[in-house]
Amino acid sequence: MISLTVNGQPREVAADPNMPLLWVIRDLLGLTGTKFGCGVAQCGACTVHLNGEAVRSCVTKVSRAAGQQVTTIEGLSTNNNHPLQLAWQEADVPQCGYCQSGQLMSAAVLLRENPNPTDQDIDDAMSGNICRCGTYPRIRAAIHQAAKMHQGGAKS
Amino acid sequence: MNRRNFIQSGAILGGGLLISFTIPQANKLSALAKPVAAGGFTPNAFLNIGTDNTVTVTLSHVEMGQGIWTTLPMLLAEELDVDLDQIIVRHGGVDKAYNHTIYGIQITGGSSSTWSEFDRYRNAGATARTLLTQAAAQRSGVAVTNCKTEKGFVLAGDKKFSYGELAGDAAKLPAPQQVTLRPPSDWKYIGKGSKRVDAQVKTNGEAKFGMDMQFSGLLTAMVAHAPVFGGKVKSFDATKAKAVPGVQQVVEIPGGVAVIADHFWAAQQGRKALQVTWDNGPGTALNTTSQTIAYKRLAATKGVSAQAKGDADAALAKSAKHISAEYVFAYLAHAPMEPLNCTAKIDGDHCEIWAGTQLPGVDQANVAKLLNMKPENIKINIPFLGGGFGRRATPASDFVIEAVHIAKASGKPVKMVWTREDDMKSGYYRPFFVHNVQVGLDEKGMPMAWNHNIVGQSIMGEAKMFGPPPPVDDTSVEGVKGSPYLNTVPDHYVGLHTTKEVVPILWFRSVGNTHTAYAMETIVDEMAYAAGQDPVDYRQTLLKSSPRHLAALNLVAAKANWKTKLAPGRFKGVAVHEAFGSYVAIIAEVSIVDNAVRVHKVDCAIDCGLAVNPDGVKAQMESGIIFGLTMALYGELTLKDGQVQQNNFYDYRIARMNESPEINVYIVDSKEKMGGAGECAVPPTAPAIVNAIFAATGKRIYNLPIMNTKLIKQA
Repeated sequence: MISLTVNGQPREVAADPNMPLLWVIRDLLGLTGTKFGCGVAQCGACTVHLNGEAVRSCVTKVSRAAGQQVTTIEGLSTNNNHPLQLAWQEADVPQCGYCQSGQLMSAAVLLRENPNPTDQDIDDAMSGNICRCGTYPRIRAAIHQAAKMHQGGAKS
Repeated sequence: MNRRNFIQSGAILGGGLLISFTIPQANKLSALAKPVAAGGFTPNAFLNIGTDNTVTVTLSHVEMGQGIWTTLPMLLAEELDVDLDQIIVRHGGVDKAYNHTIYGIQITGGSSSTWSEFDRYRNAGATARTLLTQAAAQRSGVAVTNCKTEKGFVLAGDKKFSYGELAGDAAKLPAPQQVTLRPPSDWKYIGKGSKRVDAQVKTNGEAKFGMDMQFSGLLTAMVAHAPVFGGKVKSFDATKAKAVPGVQQVVEIPGGVAVIADHFWAAQQGRKALQVTWDNGPGTALNTTSQTIAYKRLAATKGVSAQAKGDADAALAKSAKHISAEYVFAYLAHAPMEPLNCTAKIDGDHCEIWAGTQLPGVDQANVAKLLNMKPENIKINIPFLGGGFGRRATPASDFVIEAVHIAKASGKPVKMVWTREDDMKSGYYRPFFVHNVQVGLDEKGMPMAWNHNIVGQSIMGEAKMFGPPPPVDDTSVEGVKGSPYLNTVPDHYVGLHTTKEVVPILWFRSVGNTHTAYAMETIVDEMAYAAGQDPVDYRQTLLKSSPRHLAALNLVAAKANWKTKLAPGRFKGVAVHEAFGSYVAIIAEVSIVDNAVRVHKVDCAIDCGLAVNPDGVKAQMESGIIFGLTMALYGELTLKDGQVQQNNFYDYRIARMNESPEINVYIVDSKEKMGGAGECAVPPTAPAIVNAIFAATGKRIYNLPIMNTKLIKQA
């Protein structure tokens, strides 16, 4: 058995230590918000936070998460109210929506580390996440918007 | 399928009261699709109002990113008079009530969902509003003419009834023969727009796609496919595969061997351990290099006539200047972010399917045939589609049938999943095409002769869905055939050579226009330079009898300040094209960095007639532009000895955030016929980019993708 904490909940899974975290999250724990897109860390659809850092769960062995904190899209906020989630909805970012969990999880780390990212910062942080619907311009706008909301919130 | 004959509703913008006949009997819900809540009001297959005040709108088209989950409810809400956030939206199952109003089968495609449903969904809402108002009049004793609706209530004199309260009474009333639709001046949603109804579930992980199907007893299956198209299993040894923990079964199905396991990881490990010997068959003879040579040779000869006027050969011989071009377009994979998958559960003489599909009725029929069951015993559930782009509309139901084969062979409910590599290598591509174009210009540089031959597989011919293929498949030549440029050329010929290959092909976002617009818009650019004219001016002259092309072109030229000199190192290119009834013009601004192109900014104008949801139209333009950018920069699948050489996103690249340009979209204020949005920005994007590359480098690119050409900035 491997013990890990997922979205604040202690969980135990009977998994081969080599099993990618993605399939533990999806197929063993039933959290389907984290997506499979490529299996080789090329598209970012599977992005989750491991101890607060964005990782591609499709190539992260579950053994690496043993005893660690994992956050998935389901745990990004308590009530779908992370500034990025609000900005995403305000800007109508999602189209098919399949990649957006990964986009949001990547953007969340960017925004935490860099509360006021430039376009270049966004390029650097978000270019590992593919969106076949081409929502990039709206993702960019929404990240800027979330940064403003975040700062507005911090001031008040 | 020629939708140009059927575009309707253009007249509604004239204003005034609109009388519309109610939904015909054929659109009543048949027994198969059950109402959402018993005891509620289900005036037609599109709407249910529960006694608990829930309003459920059922979609005849599926949501794959294009925003129809929002637009169809908008149309209905406009007439029903409810707030959009009161509405629960769901996909319809298979029912003839959900057949496309023009195409006659249940299909999401052809950028047609909004215009083809514009009347029907408004009608569905207006019918319900009429009956609810009558029910309120009866209950209150107030005359119908003195009743009015307001956001989910009927106001009858001083009384106020919720729709839910009236649902039971309304359900007992006979359907009205005709209803009055709201005039455009009263519209609250149409033309103004709405936020996406599905944005919330698509930002918190709740949205369910086919890949997310989970239920007790459901196993995951992965298939080892033949590495060469048309190949077959000769023999296989499952010993090692079965030894993988979690692998339950290994079964042979037509075209491959399926490994069935407790979860994805086990299925994937099992498939790696599986040993299969293949009979590759004649498909090994196919190579992209030899295919290119053969197609080029064919394209130099006269194909079957798709469009002809005068004597193009004689006129070419007399022309003052001759432009010759040979274009090559590779096979392309749709590569939706959600790899193909399907869940199938067989239970006695019934089968239940969960699949993100654009063609549910066809899938139902194909599954029924395979299992020898009645079609009504096949229930198709449609979750959200993680991208479609045409790939989820296979007339042969390939990925659905594969899942059913596995469920049948194993006796277990299975979720059949493809990996990205399966998705890349297992077929149904935009076909490989070659164009040979010869244009003769007169002394003023205007076209006087045009000879254009196209070579490629026939999508409609191989789909066999709309009857026997005609000698010329329109989807192979659309965009050249009927081009407004050709109409100005007194002597022209468009010919088609239809080829056959083992490679399965399919419609791909904007279909034939993916290559025809490229050929047309780059050669017209070449003609403009040959004539010593500005590319926009030259097009304006040629398009003087095509007002909608001109409207889009003029708007984008003005917004992008076409004539204003750019900063040093920046260059512009333009293209304009009609597809699916909409006219899109694009101006791309590029620079050349390290022998590669960087697209900085794309301005886009569209004339789609009435834009029901303007921000939705803008989103689809952005989407089509990025899709076109990917196609232009990287789109290429190559075959060697019958095997696809690309594997995953590292060698079949998709444009990323750092390559995403600034995009500005402008909508022409148009009262013309409604057209589509989903596919329409794809065709002019690549030619606008390469026309800008020509401005920068003096080099024409005839073979996509651009990455195969080393770009050198002009001194």
